[in-house]
Amino acid sequence: MSRCLALSLILALSSGCSDDDPCAGVSGKCVAVSSGASTTTIQKAMIDVTDGGTVAFAAGHYNVTGEISLDTNHVTVKGAGKDATVLSFANQTDGAQGLLVTADGVTLTDFAVEDTPGDAIKILGANGISLQRLRVEWTRGANETNGSYGLYPVQCKNVLIEDSTVIGASDSGVYVGQSDNIVVRGNTVNQNVAGIEIENSSHAEVHDNTATGNTGGILVFNLPGLEVETASGTAVHDNEVFENNEPNFAPAGNIVGLVPTGTGIAILAAHGVEIFHNHIHDHKTVNIGVISYVPTMIAITDPTYDEFPTALHIHDNTLAGTSDMPTGELGALLITAIAELHPAPYIVPDLVWDGVLDPARIGTGTDYAEADKICIHDNGDADFLNMHYPTGDAVLPTPDLAPHACMHPAMPTVVLP
Amino acid sequence: MKLLAILATILASLAACGDDGGAPCAIDATNLCTKLSSYTALFADVASQTPADGTVPFTVATPLFADYTTKQRFLYLPPGSAMTWHDTTAFDLPSGSVLVKTFGYLHDRRDPSSGERLLETRLLIKGDAGWSGAAYVYNDDQKDATLQVAGDVIDASWIHDDGATRTNGYIVPNKNQCRSCHGETDENTITPLGPKARHLNQGGQLEALVAGGQLVGAPDPTAWPREADASSTLDARARTWLDVTCAHCHNPTGMARTSGLFLDYAETAPAVFGICKAPVATGRGSGGRAYDIVPGMPDASIMTYRIEATEPEIKMPELGRNLVDDAGVALIRQWITEMTGTCSG
Repeated sequence: MSRCLALSLILALSSGCSDDDPCAGVSGKCVAVSSGASTTTIQKAMIDVTDGGTVAFAAGHYNVTGEISLDTNHVTVKGAGKDATVLSFANQTDGAQGLLVTADGVTLTDFAVEDTPGDAIKILGANGISLQRLRVEWTRGANETNGSYGLYPVQCKNVLIEDSTVIGASDSGVYVGQSDNIVVRGNTVNQNVAGIEIENSSHAEVHDNTATGNTGGILVFNLPGLEVETASGTAVHDNEVFENNEPNFAPAGNIVGLVPTGTGIAILAAHGVEIFHNHIHDHKTVNIGVISYVPTMIAITDPTYDEFPTALHIHDNTLAGTSDMPTGELGALLITAIAELHPAPYIVPDLVWDGVLDPARIGTGTDYAEADKICIHDNGDADFLNMHYPTGDAVLPTPDLAPHACMHPAMPTVVLP
Repeated sequence: MKLLAILATILASLAACGDDGGAPCAIDATNLCTKLSSYTALFADVASQTPADGTVPFTVATPLFADYTTKQRFLYLPPGSAMTWHDTTAFDLPSGSVLVKTFGYLHDRRDPSSGERLLETRLLIKGDAGWSGAAYVYNDDQKDATLQVAGDVIDASWIHDDGATRTNGYIVPNKNQCRSCHGETDENTITPLGPKARHLNQGGQLEALVAGGQLVGAPDPTAWPREADASSTLDARARTWLDVTCAHCHNPTGMARTSGLFLDYAETAPAVFGICKAPVATGRGSGGRAYDIVPGMPDASIMTYRIEATEPEIKMPELGRNLVDDAGVALIRQWITEMTGTCSG
């Protein structure tokens, strides 16, 4: 049967009136995928769909053995619900991700992707991507053999990730890399190494998410050696970030492998970050940690990389709980710093900064110019530590917040087109 | 009347898809023939891979490893037309051109005269709107091949170089995956990879194309780039292998640009082609190793870990192989072993 004849029949069938027709109610062209369809059938639907059309999956379980790719603009891929339509990649033998999108203006909604050996859903270079009411899960729970990233837009513009759930990623549940204009809201991330990570991205707003049971709840990182590394402008607000104490299970060699078990929110060498109105509590290592790239001890071979966090504004958060079990190399640095101040027990303050300043920015002064300062205020009774890394030299760590009594203008709300 | 209308609709859709039923069928990027044999401008005989008059066989200096398959390549240019030279990127081919590549397994790699099993023929067709791809999978009788847009897996076996029987679930890519490798300049544009000056500059091929009027704009032959061969330095051979194997994605505009690891032969910054470069979004692909290349230490280098892997989420390249390229791995291991220096944080 020719491709077009098959397509004609699918279209003819999908315009029928069956009650369980997944295309029912869809306006415009729609390619239906019936319950249990094969990998080839699913891929063919992704090829047959035309610009502006819909691929609609019936409720059911799909055993997908190869990467599924979508390369047509303005397509909606929808299921019958994030627990009703399940694409299982447990038997995948081909492709480094489950679903790969390389088109603009795509919406993925109301289905689940389970147990991909690699990344679950990767979107590369798209202008416009909406991920809504999805579930990505590695069903064995936290495990280092799980795939790396759950929802993974990279080098994209205009990104929306909302009302989705990611469980079990061995790197980041929600990972937005090298992208611009981003909203991440209303998601639940659990049992990932990093719950939500915004990396080398600009104009991101991460709000009203729940991050719990991960190694680290929400990370804002800026890393070297990438095409996009002058990013700035992330607002993290109104999130519930608590009990992210899952032992770090990232494969060694990955930057998130450095995240100490029990980290609420971490900022690594990022610029222009506002953190406010979050509830952050009960983390074994620290509720909010801010570091430069220096304590990672990773070689920097990128001469243009800016390894110092700047222009941070951390205010009006509620922080609680006792951080008395810092772990990993960075946790050990914390204990070393605290031990310079007082004998055991070593309780990590709610807010910690490594204290590493950029010599070029300081010049002959002692702190940054106003625009670059690290401002921390009105976080209830939260306590603070400037580690003055490296430890063990003449300058002692200090809990003094006075140098951080400053403000930056509020981050503008991110507006998606 | 109604039945006639339906029949007419079906016939129209058949025609729109170029369903040729084996009849001669014109080359049209937007209207693919269903049977490979229908492209009478390309093949005189598909079963024996005999090209039609005017369709030119060619070879490349360093073929990309594809699970120990053999590859036969052909170039079709519309009559009277020519492709235009470029020093580094693929030659510019006129609309209506076709690049043809047939994959097969020799029955016995020690004895090519034992014949081969044909697997698929891939076409890259240049239309007015650019290049597009298609894969034709060989029928069981090996006499013709059928268009397969959604890809396929072919169970195959052969006698390997060492006399042992090997098997593979050979993967035919789906139509969307063409650009996973051929998106060398960006993921939304398909470009040919083979017909570059440095790849074709061997065995008098370029000279013949110039003499035949099929290649115009070429500079003096003394200026033609030549790819590394067995007599070249270890560094040149390794960089050539990386260029051919990896750089269609790992270049500043390719699909792997987000990694910051660029393996095209033109890249000169050691950190950018991997030396002491920390991974970014590597996940399980790191294998617990800290840098892409640690000089002198192939077993501490992520690069060797990934080219030796066969798991889908770890192996590199991501697509196009299930098996390990033993010769390529040996080359890269030796290259890294002989490097000097250290990585320090």
